[in-house]
Amino acid sequence: MAELEQKQVGKKGKKKGRKKMSTRIDLTPMVDLGFLLVTFFMLTTTFSKPQTMEINMPVKPKGEVKEEEQNALKASKAFNILIGGDNKVFWYRGLPNEPIEPVTATNYTADGLRKILLERNASIPEMVVLIKPTNDANYKNVVDVLDEMNISNIKRYALVDILPQEIDLIKNL
Amino acid sequence: MPKVKVPRKSTLIDMTAMCDVAFLLLTFFMLTTQFKTDESIIVDTPSSISEIKLPETDILNITINKEGKVFFSLDNKNFSRERLLQRISEKYPELQFTAEEEKAFVLTGSVGVPINQLKGYLDLEDEERKMYSQPGIPVDSTNNELGIWIMQGRLSNPNVRITVNADQFCNWPVVKQVINTLQDKNVNKFNLITDLEADPNKLKGI
Repeated sequence: MAELEQKQVGKKGKKKGRKKMSTRIDLTPMVDLGFLLVTFFMLTTTFSKPQTMEINMPVKPKGEVKEEEQNALKASKAFNILIGGDNKVFWYRGLPNEPIEPVTATNYTADGLRKILLERNASIPEMVVLIKPTNDANYKNVVDVLDEMNISNIKRYALVDILPQEIDLIKNL
Repeated sequence: MPKVKVPRKSTLIDMTAMCDVAFLLLTFFMLTTQFKTDESIIVDTPSSISEIKLPETDILNITINKEGKVFFSLDNKNFSRERLLQRISEKYPELQFTAEEEKAFVLTGSVGVPINQLKGYLDLEDEERKMYSQPGIPVDSTNNELGIWIMQGRLSNPNVRITVNADQFCNWPVVKQVINTLQDKNVNKFNLITDLEADPNKLKGI
């Protein structure tokens, strides 16, 4: 109200210098509001998009597969990884009945499975890794083994069902 | 000795700069934000060295939790969730959904109930639905409803990519059953969601 009266006084002709109002506004509440919203968005946002690992499974054959087609893989090139329960992992080369290298227990560390994979991959041309999880295995173990394939840069690998004789092989280890 | 007079300074600070910073950050967060979806399932994924990022849309996600329960979710790009629900009710004529149920289906996160319980699940209040412990989608070979979900999901959005988000301690047979179902539906390429882990080959280079 005081301002209004002042204006009228000014109009009357008295050249009284109008009271200069400061143009400064107190921005503190605005800053408060700004940071409140920043906090809200920071807490509700999802920053990191999850990583994914792509896997390709073979096309499921329709009908019965003939015996000769199934055993197309040469025994000398087969490297089998058997994933057991309790974070156990075993490997052998060749066929279960006549292994070239016998079943050996190893582990998921860099000196375990990875070292063997790198060595064998270098010495055996066109090695194919067969990953065979048992029913006791957990998902993490399987992903770890698939990840080892990426780390050791092995391109030929397959996720296959375990054979009954292979379960017997690792039962007592 | 004359006393040194310390001039009194105003305690007011110019807030303009601070205000600028606050709103700059606010703008940044507002533009980059992606709201978290209502996800009541807790999944601790295993880690891998893979660095492929998950796209934001066109995702059909199958979640497997620690107990081996299977959940299904589809993002709602171009109303694919509405279409999915319509397809489900076409396939199961006894299930007709109301507009409220459809809305609930669009807004909810993952679904993990057998199809015959779906209507009841969508009828729950939002809060109740969050608290409700879902039994998981049946995946056994006699009653494989996950296959139906996958098939209808792909028909609702043909560009969909399939991801499997499984807990690291879930048992392998469950995951195998899910992968078998995917293969039965001719999905031979899919992604496993993992956390990032340092690549030992790259670490050597440092």
